[in-house]
Amino acid sequence: MKDYYIFKSGRISRKDNSIVMETEDTKIPIPVNDIDNLYLFGEIDLNTRVINFFAKNGILVHFFNYYGWWTGSFYPRENLVSGEIIVRQVEHYLDIKKRLEIAKEFVYSAIDGFIKNIKKYPNIDDSNIATMNNFSALALEQDTIASLMGIEGNARELYYALFPQIIKQEIEFTKRVKHPPDNMLNAIISFVNSLIYTAVIKEIYRTQLNPTISYLHEPSYRRFSLALDVAEIFKPIYGDRLIFDLLNNRELTDKHFDKELNYCYLKENGRKIVVKSFDEKMNNTIMHKKLKRKVSYSRIIRLELYKIIKHLLKEEPYRAFKIWW
Amino acid sequence: MQNPIITGTQVAYYIVCQRKLWLFSKNISMEHTSELVEIGKLIHENSYQRKRKEINLEGIKIDLLEAKRGLIHEVKKSKSLEESHLWQIKYYIYYFKNIGIQIEGIIDYPKLRKRERVSLSLEDTCFIEKTLMDIDRIIRKPEAPTIINKPYCKKCSYYEFCYC
Ligand code: SF4
Repeated sequence: MKDYYIFKSGRISRKDNSIVMETEDTKIPIPVNDIDNLYLFGEIDLNTRVINFFAKNGILVHFFNYYGWWTGSFYPRENLVSGEIIVRQVEHYLDIKKRLEIAKEFVYSAIDGFIKNIKKYPNIDDSNIATMNNFSALALEQDTIASLMGIEGNARELYYALFPQIIKQEIEFTKRVKHPPDNMLNAIISFVNSLIYTAVIKEIYRTQLNPTISYLHEPSYRRFSLALDVAEIFKPIYGDRLIFDLLNNRELTDKHFDKELNYCYLKENGRKIVVKSFDEKMNNTIMHKKLKRKVSYSRIIRLELYKIIKHLLKEEPYRAFKIWW
Repeated sequence: MQNPIITGTQVAYYIVCQRKLWLFSKNISMEHTSELVEIGKLIHENSYQRKRKEINLEGIKIDLLEAKRGLIHEVKKSKSLEESHLWQIKYYIYYFKNIGIQIEGIIDYPKLRKRERVSLSLEDTCFIEKTLMDIDRIIRKPEAPTIINKPYCKKCSYYEFCYC
């Protein structure tokens, strides 16, 4: 099973028990059992027949617009549903103490990722690490979600401010701007974060967790707000590390970006480079200490969700992922 | 008559691991992509394609029931979990006996080209009754039974869940 990233434009349809991608000049069959996620970057026609077929086979489809911005995902009707889990998810949301306990883990782990990333670059002054450590300690003391979010915001601001010292290319980057990104770095951060976010959505689909009930973000904030929560953990260590490598190895340069008056986006050739390295990264494996097995980077996201489930079942207090390599 | 919604799978899981039974009973099942499951499905579909009939009775699923001859067939791919297979079948026999249908069980191992007859002794009946009461008690617990730490865990679909 793998993820398919489709950049071409054309039509995707069902042919018997398989999927066919038709472009102007070719017809490419894709075995349905082989598809995990489908990422559509091109202009694609789909009909209900093929969408129903995706649903039947548990295939998620992620849509991106002309600029490569994520516009939405097709999340088929869940086949893994447990009333028990939903009840417990809600219980842990309604009780502010329980909610904070989980939310703090997300923030703590995100800041841990910032610190581990900064430490890889010896040119960065140690005082920044001390300040970051301070933020982690502070995060654990907060007693409201808003103030916890505030600490996370402060830590992130400092972290982004250090990017110019990490990235060896000359790029203008003053601060993180999201909607829409205003420069190269913001464009690539937004793009990579959307890949992480969809990767988490996919893993949530493979568990009984309900993607709308979240702890750090408000459940009403977005349809997959739990994915936003969990993505916080993986953005620095999966996403930012990828960004640093691509820019520092000059695999991505300004020729991969298009800059309009007040926004900037990755062109198709750039998107392909990012998607390819991202996909390789997610399939990388690493020895898991506790499982004594090799697991892929994407599997680690799933394991994170299992740990959350075990926390909800009151088996083991949730300790969010901290990178060990 | 015991709670009829206890399924053969639950009986089998009870024999291998009470934690597995609990998780499965709360609908916390892992996705079925493990090769073991896939192979099982394949064998199941190919070996008995012509005769294949599946019935579902109050939550009890039987792979193949030749009602005229009063036989329950279970198709299994290996003998590795013999004990739990056996009890699963015995439970089916017990169940049907209670609703007045006499049947005999057969476990088929198409890969090993073997079949085995199964019957239900008085002792078995006692064991099953105790098992059903136990299952009922276990799945009512608010917390899952602990990890069993047995070699079987490595093959179990819950391995990553339990040990991560
Ligand atoms: S991994 Fe082991 S402890 Fe966990 S459910 Fe399976 S058999 Fe039971």
